[in-house]
Amino acid sequence: MSTLPLALTRRRRRSVRHTLDVRVSPYAYVAPFFLLFCAFGLFPLVYTAWVSLHEWTLLSETQEFVGLGNFSALLADAYFWNATFNTLSIGVLSTVPQLALAIWLAHLLNRRLRFQTLFRVSLLLPNVTSVVAVVVIFSQLFGRDFGMINWVLSWFGVGNIDWAAGTATSHLALSVMIMWRWTGYNALIFLAAMQAVPRELYEAATLDGASTFKQLRSITIPMIRPTIVFVVIVSTIGAMQIIAEPMLFGQSSGGGGGIATGGPDRQFQTLALFVYEQGFANSTFDFGYASAASWLMFLAVVVVAGINFLITRRVKGGLV
Amino acid sequence: MRLRYLTLTAVAFFSAFPLYYSVVVASRHNSALAQVPPPLIPGGNFFANVSRVFDTVPFGLALVNSVIVAGSISIAVMFFSTLAGFAFAKLTFRGRNIMLVITVATMMVPAQLGIIPLYMLMVKLEWTGTNYALIVPALVNAFGVFFMTQYLSRALPTELLEAGRVDGCSTWGLFWHVVLPAARPAAAVLGMLTFMSAWNDYFWPLVVLNPDNPTVQVALSTLASGYVNDYVLGLAGTAIGTLPLVAVFALFGKHIIGGIMQGAVKG
Repeated sequence: MSTLPLALTRRRRRSVRHTLDVRVSPYAYVAPFFLLFCAFGLFPLVYTAWVSLHEWTLLSETQEFVGLGNFSALLADAYFWNATFNTLSIGVLSTVPQLALAIWLAHLLNRRLRFQTLFRVSLLLPNVTSVVAVVVIFSQLFGRDFGMINWVLSWFGVGNIDWAAGTATSHLALSVMIMWRWTGYNALIFLAAMQAVPRELYEAATLDGASTFKQLRSITIPMIRPTIVFVVIVSTIGAMQIIAEPMLFGQSSGGGGGIATGGPDRQFQTLALFVYEQGFANSTFDFGYASAASWLMFLAVVVVAGINFLITRRVKGGLV
Repeated sequence: MRLRYLTLTAVAFFSAFPLYYSVVVASRHNSALAQVPPPLIPGGNFFANVSRVFDTVPFGLALVNSVIVAGSISIAVMFFSTLAGFAFAKLTFRGRNIMLVITVATMMVPAQLGIIPLYMLMVKLEWTGTNYALIVPALVNAFGVFFMTQYLSRALPTELLEAGRVDGCSTWGLFWHVVLPAARPAAAVLGMLTFMSAWNDYFWPLVVLNPDNPTVQVALSTLASGYVNDYVLGLAGTAIGTLPLVAVFALFGKHIIGGIMQGAVKG
């Protein structure tokens, strides 16, 4: 008589525990990610907006609310516009040829090929190399007096170029570094998408006598368009945030100027580097101004990525 | 046909050459840099230059810091990503789909945007100058969660989990006894990718660490900036900071590439 209710509660208790285990424990499993993201991703992001509305420095205890004052000061700051121009210039110079080359390389790798693995590994090798190493190495290669690149160019009668000194030349040098590091990575992502394209399409096209280039244009590119859109957006977001390359190039090319100015004439100071300069390299540690610049940079990222998204989505087949 | 091999070989050459050339310069004396034509084979000065690196910057400390930081981040990312990936791939709970979408969407948020308040947060926590500032924010990330979700939903048979349930396993028991062993191949790739990117991270460590307690990348940038004309020194540091990773990559490159391609397809 008395054991029956006891068994019942025990069973109920067990079923409650089971329900808890099945229904609730999944939230505990995904919680670490969301907690960390809120604390170290989302909170800083939102707080940046708050800081940007203040006269806020590391040195002063009090923060004065200035509304959009930092933003209007920025829009009148010639250095800010210079950094915007440099970011766009380096972004275009490095991204456009890089993605075209990556698609073409992926196309070459997407056949039966000997040494397939060897080629793939060599393509990704630059991506394993750190930014710091890349810039240190390339600063040497791009050296004015004894650099390997000027030496090779001298065979063609080109005089010694001071790569870090000019606007166009420094943008070109930085783009080469960025391309060297990222082309192979993007090629592998394109290759992954290409391998999902049905083989029969190519066989039929070959029977019809279509050249490989025609096949690339009319079959491959339309079939992998979602991946192309994805890579273009990711590359755009990356290109808008370039900072380590110009920072280190300025240091190791020995052109003078501070670490954050991007050359003595700011000829290769990017937006992200401008933010760093205002917030950390500037003696006033002007966090308010730097945060405002961050938000304008974010706005620029969204606008440019949005434009690229619309362009890539509309392009049909004839991307190359 | 032949052109294809020629092109790919040329690309492979250009991928490897800058690294090779950095070793060439790093193994020579400073005077070799002023030679025309430049030297193309390594010299005998490598170890002398490397010991100069250790004399100039706290490189031993930097190596220890980098190993601690990258190692603990990798282990944590493998564990937490598998845990969350298991929940997203195999468990049913309210809001699962929307939470997965949010996870993927956070990959698009530019982290640089929040660097200033993140730094202020670290000042408040008194973590600036310590490895906590590097490790804690990186314990798990959206890419890892997404990567493991994809892998587990494909590679882990649901029947296996049901069988575990019948045997009386709790969800945690399933994770420990069934999911973790099954996730091992993908988790290893994720761990290597995470280790590499943590090892190579530069900007955040530069902001939040002191130059006298650096990671490898911060120490390298000190070498490159403070000793502008001493390219040999800079490149010797670069070589010892980079070559271990390149060696690991040469050994496991095939798996790492497979992982990148898998993780990226559906992006």
